[in-house]
Amino acid sequence: MSNTAVKPRIEKIPLKEKLFHKLPMFLVPVLALAGLAAIGNPSSWLTLTVAGLAMGMMIFIMASGLTVVFGLMDVINFGHGAFVAVGAFVGFTVLAWLAGWTASPSVMLNLAAVLIAILAAMLITGLLGLAFERVIVMPVYGEHLKQILVTMGGLIVAQQMIYVVWGPDELHISRPQALQGSFVIGEAAIEKYRLVAVAIGLALFLAMRHILKKTRIGLLVRAGVENGEMVEALGYRIRRLFLIVFMTGSALAGLGGVMWGLYQETITAHMGSEIMVLVFIVVIIGGLGSVEGCFIGAMLVGLLANYTAFLAPKVALISTIALMVVILMWRPQGLYPVVKAK
Amino acid sequence: MAEVLLTLSGIHTHIGPYHILQGVDLKVPEGGVTVLLGRNGAGKTTTLRTIMGLWTASKGDIRFDDHLITRLATPEISRRGIALVPEDMGIFTDLTVAENMILAAASGPVDVKRLEWIKELFPPIGTFWNSSAGTLSGGQKQMLSVARAIIEPRRLILIDEPTKGLAPAIIKGMTDALRELKETDTTILLVEQNFAMASGIGDTVAVMDDGRIIHSGSMKELAEDATLQEKLMGLSLEAHQ
Ligand SMILES: Nc1ncnc2c1ncn2[C@@H]1O[C@H](COP(=O)(O)OP(=O)(O)OP(=O)(O)O)[C@@H](O)[C@H]1O
Ligand SMILES: [Mg+2]
Repeated sequence: MSNTAVKPRIEKIPLKEKLFHKLPMFLVPVLALAGLAAIGNPSSWLTLTVAGLAMGMMIFIMASGLTVVFGLMDVINFGHGAFVAVGAFVGFTVLAWLAGWTASPSVMLNLAAVLIAILAAMLITGLLGLAFERVIVMPVYGEHLKQILVTMGGLIVAQQMIYVVWGPDELHISRPQALQGSFVIGEAAIEKYRLVAVAIGLALFLAMRHILKKTRIGLLVRAGVENGEMVEALGYRIRRLFLIVFMTGSALAGLGGVMWGLYQETITAHMGSEIMVLVFIVVIIGGLGSVEGCFIGAMLVGLLANYTAFLAPKVALISTIALMVVILMWRPQGLYPVVKAK
Repeated sequence: MAEVLLTLSGIHTHIGPYHILQGVDLKVPEGGVTVLLGRNGAGKTTTLRTIMGLWTASKGDIRFDDHLITRLATPEISRRGIALVPEDMGIFTDLTVAENMILAAASGPVDVKRLEWIKELFPPIGTFWNSSAGTLSGGQKQMLSVARAIIEPRRLILIDEPTKGLAPAIIKGMTDALRELKETDTTILLVEQNFAMASGIGDTVAVMDDGRIIHSGSMKELAEDATLQEKLMGLSLEAHQ
């Protein structure tokens, strides 16, 4: 043998570890296929699948901020639903002001109105997040029980504020012309708005991934989730980083609120606390602190909720809780457990 | 004697209900290596963490370069030029080696020349530049932790047991690197149990026990005085291992 040169050591990631990371990604297609088998009719399945993905994307948008907030500062925020509701009300108010635009046949005006409503909602909920963090969360860092009580209090205050500002009734609004109606593919009807929701959710997920993997602030967030003390010892003010993350998460919850509101076309002051049940399930399934886990969890919950609503309406909510239980039995820390130094 | 860079006077630190540091007095002269010795649980790590602001002293003063830093937050202390290599190394395992280094250069882009120098000191930093830091061996993680601390010029580096659990060949590499670092005007406060290494590199020494400094002086003096070593903590036993 002439080839005696020492080869450089090539790092091999063990198969087990690779599988650990890849397996959860297969869950979504597996669930979709299982849905197809159970439903039988491909057109109904397609409609339900798109509906499920759209719902999942909206939940992901609302949940993503919550999971990073938990990962970074170990803060449990039960008040997150307040941002969803406030966002929806602000968005609806703006859309009501822009009624001329939303009723116009011009697609551009329709979309401009929605965009302005979304930006206004995100701005207000972002600022609300700033106040919420400084006044409610900051005094109770590191104390879980107090966090739960105090943030729940914050949620109640926010809901009462909605009553004060917008009155006790629910609000209705129709989606702008451009977002009404469905595409028909074969026998399946696919609502346009659901496709838009999927597109926005996907774009947001990819943007978030990019930020977390490629930008300094994203690296800091990931480093901070693992070892906040070390991030501080390197000279970064983690409290400020956390505030930015908290505000971003609140603004995203506001965005989710507008999107959810447009989806339902009806909003109430307690919509936030209702949807938070699903949001918490998703965050727990994904692994507290993991954005990717949160995304997969949201898709699973969205699909399952729609499939079961069609197959067995009575067990729809229970099914998502059952999903959580099954996943926690498989991976007690969620799909992607986050590494913590402490 | 050189000027004093860091002074701890009468430092008390509580962790929860425990009174860990009970009046630590320590002077770290500028430009050399000060070794902090002491048996397990003596309070060495707590001392470094208190300097870095990761625990806040309940009493006493810490002066760095004639400024009081006792009550400053950790990031402010870091910005004054103090870096910490913690006992558990504090590697971000979810990030690559490169990303660990990029974050460590907190004040701007990585200085390429300095990075080259670091890669010479610690070749694995270059070899595994794009690997996930979580896949590094213990010794390589230790090198990364020190490399992070020196990617920007620092005035004082606090290093907590850099040779813990390392093979002798790697200990030698680490010692050489610290010696070279010493040449660059960086002051080092080193916690080290390996007396052979500590005495080879240290200029001054302080010995802790039960949350206090029980001896301080020149390293040469202690290294030559077997009785004193014996008396302080049976260190000579370790030295012959
Ligand atoms: N987080 C903590 N909570 C409670 N007690 C602690 C904590 N950290 C350290 N201690 C206690 O403080 C004392 C000093 O610990 P410290 O880690 O400073 O010792 P050390 O000299 O670094 O020891 P070693 O050589 O084992 O690293 C020990 O009795 C330890 O049990
Ligand atoms: Mg220690």
